[in-house]
Amino acid sequence: MTAAGRPSVPRLHPKARLQHDDVRGRDVLLYPEGLVALNPTGAEILELCDGVRSVAEVVATLERRYGAAGEGGVERDVTAFLDGLAAKGLVTYGS
Amino acid sequence: MDPKPLWLLAELTYKCPLQCPYCSNPLDFAGPRFKRELSTEEWYRVFREAKALGVLQLGLSGGEPTLRGDLEDLVREAHELGLYTSLITSAYRLTKERLAALKAAGLDHVQISIQGADAELSDAVAGTGSYGDKIAAYHYTRELGFPLTVNVVLHRRNLHQVEALIRLAESLGAERIELANTQFYGWALHNRAALMPTRAQLDDAWRVVQRERARLGTRLEIVWVLPDYHEQYPKPCMGGWARAYMTVTPAGEVWPCHAAGRITTLTFENVRAHPLAWIWEHSEAFTRFRGDAWMPEPCRSCPRKTQDFGGCRCQAFLVAGDAGLTDPVCSLSPHRHLIDAAVAEVERAAGAVEWTYRAAPASRALAAKG
Ligand code: SF4
Ligand code: SF4
Repeated sequence: MTAAGRPSVPRLHPKARLQHDDVRGRDVLLYPEGLVALNPTGAEILELCDGVRSVAEVVATLERRYGAAGEGGVERDVTAFLDGLAAKGLVTYGS
Repeated sequence: MDPKPLWLLAELTYKCPLQCPYCSNPLDFAGPRFKRELSTEEWYRVFREAKALGVLQLGLSGGEPTLRGDLEDLVREAHELGLYTSLITSAYRLTKERLAALKAAGLDHVQISIQGADAELSDAVAGTGSYGDKIAAYHYTRELGFPLTVNVVLHRRNLHQVEALIRLAESLGAERIELANTQFYGWALHNRAALMPTRAQLDDAWRVVQRERARLGTRLEIVWVLPDYHEQYPKPCMGGWARAYMTVTPAGEVWPCHAAGRITTLTFENVRAHPLAWIWEHSEAFTRFRGDAWMPEPCRSCPRKTQDFGGCRCQAFLVAGDAGLTDPVCSLSPHRHLIDAAVAEVERAAGAVEWTYRAAPASRALAAKG
């Protein structure tokens, strides 16, 4: 499934939890028997996935923050990142 | 950079009402070495020190961890520290009320074992009637909103049920099913002749797994733990010795994996005597096989050594007699013939071989024999 061009709302699966890793100075996504280390951008994207915002709104929020509206790069990055987590079952798309 | 642990397996007690013949607990689990269990406060300290050291994932295991009356308190402490906490249980007599209390305390994930796809086989393998409790507990976890892992240890007597087991996990709405081919340590090594599968059984089961994975996609994750005796190269055991993982046993000994305590040539330290950080960084048991400087040939000059770390130290000790050798499962090991012989034995064996159930009297009898 791809998130591009749909009014879909990404959500963290209830089995996954965002956690700050003090020892290594980074955020991680923890889930049964595993974890994904996040870079600052990844953590920021997941914090915006509040179950209300659509993918397009997450993209628009980030573009506003970084003054990169309409360049397409943010959308590509967000979509690839969320699709990667969705393939692991850690993010689901709903409405 | 020195590695930091990510995983802690807390074996809260070795008491267990089940008697699985493949149990990975030590053969002498009922002996004096494991008798004086850590107190609630001592476990709190272990969790705090583990978190400060870098641990993020905590498994609460055993034996049967629900036998500890302070389990809810332990979960609450771990949760407040920010650890992702999994309960690894047989679900024997596990009530919905207890699970709800654990949920309220912050438990993140529940893993419940099952020994076969139907009551008859499951109870025969467990040696204790428990199938009904397990099925009930699976439903409670769904009702309470826990992510659920169904765990099955596979061996000669249940490999034919792989499809039924996957269907069961699917019908329960589980997130994951762990199909763990028996790893031969502890009771499983003692019962190896009875548990060893045939090549044909493994091939059939693997075909089922591939087909079911394609059918189920992300709906149900199917984890297939490789039967390492039947592989060409060893598993990357524990992601490398003392790189990411540690086990604390019921009476406080700290091991680099849950089977390591059998290596009689290593000295294991106790959390009652030393801080966890010191044990991780400086104790002999943790430093002896960390990195690759210890490796003999054929590992030393092998390009795979960064992927499999020379395999499993426990298996080298248990099968080849020296923890510092290449894992005998490796086809390049001079001891591979010992593995081949065990694998070949089952193909010749005509009837079923009896196993010894994991139970305290058997444990004491085996310990007395040495
Ligand atoms: S493997 Fe079986 S006997 Fe061993 S601790 Fe688990 S449930 Fe108990
Ligand atoms: S020789 Fe050692 S490093 Fe190479 S594959 Fe075998 S166990 Fe792994």
